[in-house]
Amino acid sequence: MDAITILSSLLDGLLIGFVYGIAAMGLNLIWGVMRVINLTHGALIALGMFGVYLLFSGLGLNPYLALILVAVLGLLAGIAIYYIAIERVINAPHLSTLLATFSVNMIIIGLGTAIFTTTPRDTGFSLGSIQAGPITLLGTRMVATLITLLVTGLLYAYLYRTRAGKSIRAVSNNRAAAELMGIPSTRILALSFGLGTMLAAIAGGLISTFFSFTILSGSVYELKSFIIGVLGGLGNPLGALLGGLILGVLEGVLPLAMPNTWVPVIEFLLFILILLLKPNGLLGGKQ
Amino acid sequence: MKRWLNPGFGLVFLFVLGMGLAPVFSKDAAAREIGFTVLLAISMASSLNIITGYTGYVSFGHVVFYGLGGYFGMYLIDQWDTPLPLAVLGGGAIAAVLAFLLGKAILRLRGAYFALATIGINEAMRTFVSNFDPFGGPTGIELQFSVYKPYGGAAQALWMTYYAVVGIAVFSVVFSYFLKSSKFGLGLMAIREDEDAAEVVGVVAPSAKTLAYVLSAFLPGMLGVLFFFKNGNVEPGDAFRLHFSIETLVMMMLGGQGTVMGPVIGALGYQRLRGILLTSDVKIGALPLKDFQLVIAGGLMLLIILFIPAGLVGWLRQRFARLRRYLV
Repeated sequence: MDAITILSSLLDGLLIGFVYGIAAMGLNLIWGVMRVINLTHGALIALGMFGVYLLFSGLGLNPYLALILVAVLGLLAGIAIYYIAIERVINAPHLSTLLATFSVNMIIIGLGTAIFTTTPRDTGFSLGSIQAGPITLLGTRMVATLITLLVTGLLYAYLYRTRAGKSIRAVSNNRAAAELMGIPSTRILALSFGLGTMLAAIAGGLISTFFSFTILSGSVYELKSFIIGVLGGLGNPLGALLGGLILGVLEGVLPLAMPNTWVPVIEFLLFILILLLKPNGLLGGKQ
Repeated sequence: MKRWLNPGFGLVFLFVLGMGLAPVFSKDAAAREIGFTVLLAISMASSLNIITGYTGYVSFGHVVFYGLGGYFGMYLIDQWDTPLPLAVLGGGAIAAVLAFLLGKAILRLRGAYFALATIGINEAMRTFVSNFDPFGGPTGIELQFSVYKPYGGAAQALWMTYYAVVGIAVFSVVFSYFLKSSKFGLGLMAIREDEDAAEVVGVVAPSAKTLAYVLSAFLPGMLGVLFFFKNGNVEPGDAFRLHFSIETLVMMMLGGQGTVMGPVIGALGYQRLRGILLTSDVKIGALPLKDFQLVIAGGLMLLIILFIPAGLVGWLRQRFARLRRYLV
């Protein structure tokens, strides 16, 4: 095994890691603000994929323009899901929110399967590739990385520089105290849920530009998002990016040392171990 | 003895027994197949009820015991020509051992962290088994047709698995009833309400939780063997299907978690609904109604979680205080 193989696997892993990171960021944000594990996450990623696919192959819209539209729709869908399915059970025991989000997941997946069937789709979009010596980098993946960085930057600017963002952070710190300060917590929770699903939809849209997918593909990324969330610390959006990069690099490099099918075994074992030893994630402090 | 005489328990006991025996007397193979699915669901939901309903730990990975038990039993039958009853016990035993080993570690996690860990364990097991050669790797284990010979042929073997499932379903109901009214069961419910307070009044929470986890794992392990023996083959995707775990949770919730009757009613209702949706001829636009099975099940589930989160039995208990003695 030579250095170039390792380097190119590493780069591949890093590039895919950014996309994993943005997929997990939405899950993490929602957990951080309202302590809800959003089991609709995978379905929304899948809807993001179909959104970009349909706008691109149906209307001929540029995938990255389509992505903006998909992001807005994702935000609205999230706010709607919050008011319909979550608001009533937000203070109930965990089982209720888990099952409420899961039933929304069932509805979306059920409708998606009925309408789109489970035939694999492919946008067939390409931006060519860049040749750097012996290493080939796909254009679509590079753009996905740039968009992830841009979105992360915007998210942080939003959370730290705007009034609504500050309210989100206040509610996630202490909802009761935030309410006493006059923050409309229900609206802020709905907004946070919307932002989380928007990130999921963007992640799905980006993934659809370089992988083929079905309506069921989201569940793979949902499971990865759990692993990443736990790696980087549930509730910490920047941790999600770090966790995504770690997972991406593992997926890039591990197949050099072992058969490909063992990689998920390692990932899930790592997930359980971190959950047991450091449930606040690698970046998290002591409980 | 007095506990046996509670009319509520008597009703649900006779109901499950009667439903189980009906196909035996009518010798109707189609009714037996429906009965098998419903009784399997009742036993799964009742066993999940021990750790989630009584103890309050939400397990999303209950199917891991079903899958591992099933795999181990199939391995014993295929490789060692083990008789079915022994293989079934073996499947139950390995599930219980797994629960014991996991219990001490993951039951320290509370709330959503525990739920996540159970998902992780199920996925870790699924991906591991797909790579594990003695269990046939990704293709799983397929039984030779000759294994059914000692039981008097495949048709007779199907009846045998059915008797076993009837037995397990009746046992699961009796067991969850006596567990609930025992001192140990009360300890579990104390943990559910407030774990720290339970410890203060003398419940040894770590041991009690682990034992509850082991008790809830044993039956799924046995059921897995029966199901896959009847099926003739087992694959990682079928054995460790996360969706099945969640369906089990839903069935338990529908009827009412933490009650003996709840999982029975929930399993029956959910399976009936599924049956009706799958066989219906109604069309929505150009698509048959059965394509919308998932949508309707999801919508119904959402309504129940939002409006009657205690489930049917729980709701009746809240509504009619006088009936509480009988609504076990």
